[in-house]
Amino acid sequence: MSKSAEGQAPFKVSEETLAAIDRYIAQYPTKASALMPCIWAITDEIGHVPEGGVDLLVEKLEVTRTRVHEVLSFYTMYRTEPQADNVLQVCHNISCHIMGARNIIAHLEKKLGVRMGETTPDGKFALEGAECLGACGHGPVLQRGKHLYEYLTTDKVDDLLDNLRKGEVPRADTDRELEE
Amino acid sequence: MSRNDDRILSARFGRKDGHKLSVYENEGGYQALRSVLGKMQPDEVTEVVKESGLRGRGGAGFPTGVKWGFVPKDAEEVYFFVNADESEPGTFKDRYCLDYDPHMTIEGTIISCFAVRAKLAFIYIRGEFGWLIDRVQKAVDEAYAAGYLGKNILGSGYDLEMIVHKGAGAYICGEETGLINSVEGLKGQPSIKPPFPAVAGFLGKPTIVNNVESVAAVPWIITHGAEAYKAIGTEKSCGTKLWSVSGPVKNPGVYEVPLGIPFREFFNDYLGGMADGEDLKAVIVGGSSVPVLPADEIMNCNLDYESLQQAGTMLGSGGMIIIPKSSDMVELIQVLMHFYFDESCGQCTPCREGTGWLHKLVKKLRRGEGTAEDIDTLEHVCNGMMGLTICPLADAAVMPMRSFIDKFRPEFEALIQETATAGPQTRWPRGEQE
Ligand SMILES: Cc1cc2nc3c(=O)[nH]c(=O)nc-3n(C[C@H](O)[C@H](O)[C@H](O)COP(=O)(O)O)c2cc1C
Ligand code: SF4
Ligand code: FES
Repeated sequence: MSKSAEGQAPFKVSEETLAAIDRYIAQYPTKASALMPCIWAITDEIGHVPEGGVDLLVEKLEVTRTRVHEVLSFYTMYRTEPQADNVLQVCHNISCHIMGARNIIAHLEKKLGVRMGETTPDGKFALEGAECLGACGHGPVLQRGKHLYEYLTTDKVDDLLDNLRKGEVPRADTDRELEE
Repeated sequence: MSRNDDRILSARFGRKDGHKLSVYENEGGYQALRSVLGKMQPDEVTEVVKESGLRGRGGAGFPTGVKWGFVPKDAEEVYFFVNADESEPGTFKDRYCLDYDPHMTIEGTIISCFAVRAKLAFIYIRGEFGWLIDRVQKAVDEAYAAGYLGKNILGSGYDLEMIVHKGAGAYICGEETGLINSVEGLKGQPSIKPPFPAVAGFLGKPTIVNNVESVAAVPWIITHGAEAYKAIGTEKSCGTKLWSVSGPVKNPGVYEVPLGIPFREFFNDYLGGMADGEDLKAVIVGGSSVPVLPADEIMNCNLDYESLQQAGTMLGSGGMIIIPKSSDMVELIQVLMHFYFDESCGQCTPCREGTGWLHKLVKKLRRGEGTAEDIDTLEHVCNGMMGLTICPLADAAVMPMRSFIDKFRPEFEALIQETATAGPQTRWPRGEQE
C-alpha cells in the first residue's frame, strides 16, 4: 500500500483512523465527497498527510492521485510535511491589525528569534501569519491547533510561550465554560 | 424593540449552558419544528418565510423564501448547506450563533430542509473553528438522540440526515459554488452561474445554500408568524440583524438590533462610542469587501440594506470594522489587498492578475517608491476587474480599493509627496506581508 521514501518507516495509521475513514465513506453520498473528512482523519492522527496517506486515500475513495494532491495543496490547513510542535498562527488581517497585531507579531519574533514564516531551529515553534480567524472583536488573536487565544497582550504571549515550552497547552478563551 | 426585549437570535448569547438541548427546549426550542412536521406542507413553510421578508444574511441579501422557491417541485434529491465558513474579515457573528446556541441553527436547518424537501444537510464550518466544530457536532448528536434528526422525525415520516463538515482554510469556499465543490471533494473553486445551485448544485442536484444567521431566524418566524417578523425593521429590510463589531470602540462584540436603526444611535448606545483616546475616522460597515465610509457619512446613515446602498456601501455580512483616526489608510488597504491576492482561487485572469497588481502597487506606494500615476494605475486595474469574473471575489477586492482612494485620496497623495521629498522609506508590513 505504501511507497514511502527509503529509510522512513512505512506509512501506517491506526485501526481507529481506518474505521473513521470507513465511517465517512458510508456517511457521505459519494466516495469522492468523503475526501476532506478522510484527509482530516489522517491529519488528526499524524499531523500531516505523507505520500503513503495519499495512497490510502486513492485506494479507499477511488479518486485519482492528482485529485488528492490538488485538494491537499488548495487548502491552507492541510499539510504534507511534518510540522513544528507548536504552529502559532497570528491573525494579521484588518481588525487585528487595527488592534495591535503588529506589536504581537514583533514581540513573538523577538521572543522566538525567528521571523514570520520561519520555524525555530529546535523545531518547537513555527510562526505563521493567518487571515481573519473570525475573532475580530476579540483581537489581537492567535491560533494553535484547536485553541484560539484572544485579547492578546505581550504578557499573555509570554505566559503562553512559557507554558508551551513546558509542553503544556493552556486553556484558551474558547475552551471556557460559557459564562455570562 | 429595545435592548432587552425579546431578542430573536441572541437570547442565549453569553449564557452558560445556552448551548445545551435541555436549556433550548425549556425556552421553547424545537416547538417550531413540532408545529411544522405533520401539520404544514413544505410549500406552506416556504410561503411563510417568503412573506416574512427574511433576506440572506451571508452577504448578498437575497430573499430566503424566494430562493427556496426555485427548487423544482418534482426534484427527487435535494441538498441543503448551511454556510458557516465565516471568513469575511470583520465578521464573527455566525460563530456566536453556533457557539452559544447551536440548537437554534439546527432547528432552523431542519425546518428549512423540510421546506425544500432535502434529505441531507451539511453544516460547513471553517476549519479554523476547531473548538466550534466539536461543539456543533455534540449538539447534532443530541438532536439525533432526541429524535429531531434521522429517520421518521417526531413520527412525521420525514427523514433528514445532518453532517457537520470541517473546512480546511480557504476564504473562497464561503462562496456558495466553491462551498459545494469543496464538499464534492474538489478544490473549492467557484463555478459559473447559471445554472444556479437551486437548480443544479451538489452532485448536479438542486441545492440550497444559506448563511447560519438566515436559517437561525426561521424557528422564530414559524412560531411568531411572518407578520410579526415583518413588523420589525423597515419596509424592505425586515427583522433583526446581527452586527459583529471590531476595532477600538468601548464595547466591541456582537449585537442584535432591528434593521434600520440609525448608525449614530447604535454607535453611541450599544458600542459606547470610541475607546478612550480614540477618534472615529471611518467605518467599513459590512465586512472588508464593502466600500468604506468616512465618519461624517456613516453618522447620517441608517443600518438597513437600502439606506446603506444609497450611501454608496453595502450591508454585506454585518461585519462592522471601526477605523480610528490613528490608522493609516494606505497601510490598511495594503493589509486587505494582501488578503484578496492570497485568497483569489486563480481561475479568472482579471482576478488572479488584478489582485496581484493591486497588492504590488499599494506595496510600492508604501515602500516609498510611488508616483501620482500609480493612483491612476490602481483605478485602471480596478476597472479591468469589476464584474468580469466567475465569482464576486474580484469585486470584493475592488470595492474597498476604489473607496479607499475615493474617500481618502489625500492620504495616498501625502504619502507620494512625502516620498518625493524624503526618498524611499521602509514601512511595515514586511516579511510575510511583502
Ligand atoms: C468570496 C466570497 C465569500 C463568501 N463567504 C461567505 C461566508 O463565509 N458565509 C456566507 O454565509 N456566505 C458567504 N458568501 C456568500 C455566499 O456565496 C452565499 O451568497 C450565501 O451563503 C447565501 O446564503 P444567504 O442567502 O442565507 O445569505 C461569500 C461570497 C463570496 C463571493
Ligand atoms: S473571481 Fe477570483 S476567486 Fe472568484 S472564481 Fe474568479 S479567480 Fe476565483
Ligand atoms: S481580523 Fe483578526 S480575527 Fe478577524
